[in-house]
Amino acid sequence: MWKTILRRFLIMIPEVIILSLLVFLLAKAMPGDPFTGSINPKADPQQIKHLMRMNGLYDPWYQQYWNWVVHLFHGNLGNSYQYQEPVTRLIEGRAGNTLWLALFTMILTYVFALPMGVFAGRHEGKLPDTIIRVYTYVTYCIPFFVILVIGIWIFGYVLGWFPTTGSISSDASGWLHTVGSRFYHILLPGLLGALFGTVNIVQYLRSEVIDAKHSDYVRTARSKGVPNRDIYLHHIFRNSLLPIAAFAGYSITGLLNGSIFTETVFSYPGMGLLFVNSISYRDYTVITALVLIYGILNLLGTLLSDIILSIVDPRIRIE
Amino acid sequence: MKTASNFLDIKDVSTAFKINGHYYDAISHINLQVQHDEILAIVGESGCGKSTLATTIMGLHDPAETKISGSVDFEGTDLLGLDEDGYNQFRGAKIGMIFQDPLSALNPLKRIEDQISEVMDYHTSLSKTAKHDRVIELLNQVGIVNPERTAHQYPHELSGGMRQRVIIAIAIACKPDLIIADEPTTALDVTIQAQILDVLRDIQRENHAGIILITHDLGVVAETADRVAVMYAGQIVEQGTAEQIFNSPEHPYTRSLLRSMPQRDNENDDLYVIQGNVPSLQKMPSKGDRFAPRIPWVPASAHEEHPTMHEVAPGHEVRCTCYKDFTFPDEKGSVTE
Repeated sequence: MWKTILRRFLIMIPEVIILSLLVFLLAKAMPGDPFTGSINPKADPQQIKHLMRMNGLYDPWYQQYWNWVVHLFHGNLGNSYQYQEPVTRLIEGRAGNTLWLALFTMILTYVFALPMGVFAGRHEGKLPDTIIRVYTYVTYCIPFFVILVIGIWIFGYVLGWFPTTGSISSDASGWLHTVGSRFYHILLPGLLGALFGTVNIVQYLRSEVIDAKHSDYVRTARSKGVPNRDIYLHHIFRNSLLPIAAFAGYSITGLLNGSIFTETVFSYPGMGLLFVNSISYRDYTVITALVLIYGILNLLGTLLSDIILSIVDPRIRIE
Repeated sequence: MKTASNFLDIKDVSTAFKINGHYYDAISHINLQVQHDEILAIVGESGCGKSTLATTIMGLHDPAETKISGSVDFEGTDLLGLDEDGYNQFRGAKIGMIFQDPLSALNPLKRIEDQISEVMDYHTSLSKTAKHDRVIELLNQVGIVNPERTAHQYPHELSGGMRQRVIIAIAIACKPDLIIADEPTTALDVTIQAQILDVLRDIQRENHAGIILITHDLGVVAETADRVAVMYAGQIVEQGTAEQIFNSPEHPYTRSLLRSMPQRDNENDDLYVIQGNVPSLQKMPSKGDRFAPRIPWVPASAHEEHPTMHEVAPGHEVRCTCYKDFTFPDEKGSVTE
């Protein structure tokens, strides 16, 4: 199995190189220069050209790309024009928030979706199955940002149960209070994300359970005298989880992308909100850095999917 | 010493499936007995209800979709009267089942050892090492060359013949009194078929088990069976010892089946083909001989209105009266229009 993972990891290297090249070239293709707006508007164009030359911006593209990559490896992603701060420091402060929210949402999603999917599949065609199916389709049909806005209005303003902005209250002090406050702030976005993000997992799992229920190996298990409960536990559930496991890595990246909505609506200081803001301020260095990070996270997500799959499915392991 | 002790007595069993809200009989009024040390073959075309009979004995039908009547007396217990938990005491322990398709009958995600020892988890109180030893013993018994290695493999790493051996190992793990083998050799090539049949026979001799062998392959029947029941359209049309069935077949269907089998001493190159098809469940005639439409040259008066079993020799029974004057159209003295 380690061979599979290692091989899969090696495949990722060219992917990352191509990704970085694309991100770099697209950033180069964007109009404008980094100095015109950031120094005295009356500055001599000659002076700007001099600055550009000093910063290596007239070098051939491969030279620039190489410099950029070297800087990347030194953890230097440049300075943000909007915040006048190193991009790394900007992202450092927000990445934790985003991952924390994404992870929480994902765990909640699985907590809701797995029992629903198995239950619906087990009672195929009966009332609970119909209720679950209707529920997932309704949640699927409503655009996610609408849910967020309605959720914030009902639970944040009308009922006042949850905070509507930020990631932590300003007066939080002490370890316990800090963690509690952070958790309190992600509770509503996490719950909404989970309750309205179950459709894929539930529908996949449901149809897998129905398939497995009628499969020959389940019939074999029944002919061994295995009670129904254990058949679900040892045979149907695990076999039905294969596509869900394959899906898990991708769903993490989906959540990261979805964080752009959630963080904007909840003014939650994470990478998604930073991304939206830097686009409206044309903060190029931040945009390229974030696109690169999101891209790498996507690759890691698919890597994770493959690793999970190779753990649960012996058929795809390389011996 | 064969005292005729029927440990399995199937009495008047009918199984109906629900199709579009109506129940249709897949097998009707089946009467069969199985003794220890005996291989009973059930033969017939596809769609005759052979597998339905097997799964009915095992209680593997979804009760919401099927209606089963009659009784299956197994060593004094009526299986059909049991609930799920009660049935599970028999499945795997006293009745083992071998399935048709070795490629899909094993769980792809479990090691062979786990799949075999799972039976013992529910029916024995053996320790972990004892179970492992038994798994190795079983794999040896079914003729797997390197049992330690195979035990740790997954189904996709084994060939079809090896998987079928594993399935047999599962079925016999708890030394059942009855083994139901549903077309155990259909998916395998001929050399492997012979080996699998040998394995089955050896096991039967060792455990004194009774075997119900379901097949459409008359060659397999001739090689292995002690008694034969011929099924057509959900009914048993003829049963008797293997010699009776092969040497003096009576029912037109049995005779047609035997005649459609390639034979070495057959001078005629053309094989006999039975006209028509097995009727589908919805189109099953409610009275008359169900095989009559496929032998149209036999006059209607030759059939009974409600065909019953007639004993033609001790232990040899035939359904309907049409067997008496039956001849094939190309035979001498045939009744043709």
